[in-house]
Amino acid sequence: MSGQESVIEARGICNRFGRQSVHENLDLDLYRGEILAVVGGSGSGKSVLLRSIIGLRRPNEGQIKVFGQDLASLREEQRSRVERRFGVLFQKGALFSSLTVTENVALPLIEHAGLSRADAEHLAGVKLALAGLPISAADKYPASLSGGMIKRAALARALALDPDILFLDEPTAGLDPIGAAAFDQLILTLRDALGLSVFLITHDLDTLYTITDRIAVLSQKRVLVAGPLAEVAQASDTWIQDYFHGPRGRAAEHAAVRAGQER
Amino acid sequence: MTLPSATLDTSSQPACLRITGDWTLAHYASLKRDSERLRAQYAADTVADLSQLGRLDTAGASLLAELLGAERLSLCTDELPEASRALLRNVYCSVQDYCIPVKEPERNVLLLLLERIGCAVGALWQDSLQLLGFVGVILETLLRRALQPHRWRWTPVVAHIEQTGLDAAPIVALLTFLVGAVVAFLGATVLADFGATVFTVDLVAFSFLREFAVLLTAILMAGRTASAFTAQIGSMKANEEIDAIRTLGLNPMELLVVPRVLALLISLPLLTFVAMICGIVGGAVVCALSLDISPAMFLSLLQSDIGVQHFLVGLAKAPFFAFLIAAIGCLEGFKVSGSAESVGAHTTSAVVQSIFVVIVLDAVAALFFMEMSW
Repeated sequence: MSGQESVIEARGICNRFGRQSVHENLDLDLYRGEILAVVGGSGSGKSVLLRSIIGLRRPNEGQIKVFGQDLASLREEQRSRVERRFGVLFQKGALFSSLTVTENVALPLIEHAGLSRADAEHLAGVKLALAGLPISAADKYPASLSGGMIKRAALARALALDPDILFLDEPTAGLDPIGAAAFDQLILTLRDALGLSVFLITHDLDTLYTITDRIAVLSQKRVLVAGPLAEVAQASDTWIQDYFHGPRGRAAEHAAVRAGQER
Repeated sequence: MTLPSATLDTSSQPACLRITGDWTLAHYASLKRDSERLRAQYAADTVADLSQLGRLDTAGASLLAELLGAERLSLCTDELPEASRALLRNVYCSVQDYCIPVKEPERNVLLLLLERIGCAVGALWQDSLQLLGFVGVILETLLRRALQPHRWRWTPVVAHIEQTGLDAAPIVALLTFLVGAVVAFLGATVLADFGATVFTVDLVAFSFLREFAVLLTAILMAGRTASAFTAQIGSMKANEEIDAIRTLGLNPMELLVVPRVLALLISLPLLTFVAMICGIVGGAVVCALSLDISPAMFLSLLQSDIGVQHFLVGLAKAPFFAFLIAAIGCLEGFKVSGSAESVGAHTTSAVVQSIFVVIVLDAVAALFFMEMSW
């Protein structure tokens, strides 16, 4: 792994809320072009870690370098330029409720890429199609969309500026299995086509088995193990054993093996 | 770095479309111009040459897909790296069954205006019907529960009395004190011309006992409590908590609405009384400071000139206002649908409606009391 280039380098991260500490001395790397899944129990600080990396929360201690630059030390405009290379899919989509789906995707194109409204909306249509949203939904407001459609629309918005790093916070939560599998494939395709690096928070074991290159297990306030699935699943920690070799873990493993044989 | 472009090379047979440079979002506008111009020019048998294509992103890929079409693309992508080929294929497949829907043509402004007026009138009628229906349901629930004292829910009632009454007392007191002082100042200035400054006492007492105390309190409650009720019930509705209450076999009217209505029915008259006292005290302070009417004299004038019926007329209106404010606040909460935005819209609507209703009702009551010469 040492030969690979890190796009995100987190070193010695500590996050505390009052007296409660969520991360202590946490190190994590995201390499170029990989899909890294971060797993951990509820409340293990996965979302906090994501928020720290994308700059929504300043960690109490530690340093996060993105493309070799420390975000916290950059000036406002440089920082904004780096942040434009992020695409973030929030857990509940976070679509702007006063804009239609197309306008949601067109907004960053108009603001940052300087496109005209017509061009931006046309391109937004392409992104929505790429994310697999049916055409009938394009002119709707987020309030009238289903959960799966909101996820897809939010993915289209995250992809609007063709980011280098895609952050996904539980992308398949709340989707039906068919939709979730399609979403996994979509992420894989987009990664291959766009050369994205993907930082993925998930509880979905099928996602872990089908699309991830590496898995980082967040436990005991730090990254317990990080590596390919086979390596992580062999770790001796009881939580990891329960996670990967519990009933759901075994089912997902069988499914992945079967799918591999059919291919 | 070469600028990205698409050029038509007609020297060879068949003609060849040369695609060069980075087809990325940064060059979108110029590339789009180029490709639109070329699309009209090239013949059906033109081939494409993508060998000099640089970087490619979704924006560029969508332009290429539109410019070249599926068949031509599938013929010429062999020399591209696998990633770009996959991207082009994906974008093409999605664009194919996806075109931007045609926007409806603009309609006549006058017609739109008429339509909006019609919709507004319709909505007003529906809202009024709904409010009347809701008032009916509240009364029915209240009456039914009145016969079953063991099912009265005192804890939420007391909690709401604290929130709507006790917590609002300071602001009501301060506000009415200031308005009382202002009314006294006005009276002192105008009545001085007639040498009748002593009637300032009557002015302050009459206006506060009959109108100002209850009206100011009700308007404050409309802004403070109706909005709070809407936001509380509305966020529960958005969070599907109301549905949960129903599926547990409980009655949201009994659980949420009745305690709030009862609480406001108790606290608004009490606050009105506080407002009366404070307004009159405000007047008395101004009288003592600028008109040389001592508090003792103020009180004796009050006692001799002002009948108790004025106090009763003012206080009698308070329960009606309280009932309507609580009903409107709760009803708007129930109308919330799904989103947080809707909670905000209905909160605004609750405040506007309840202030409107309070003032209209007060005007009607003033006419009624005048005709009855109470």
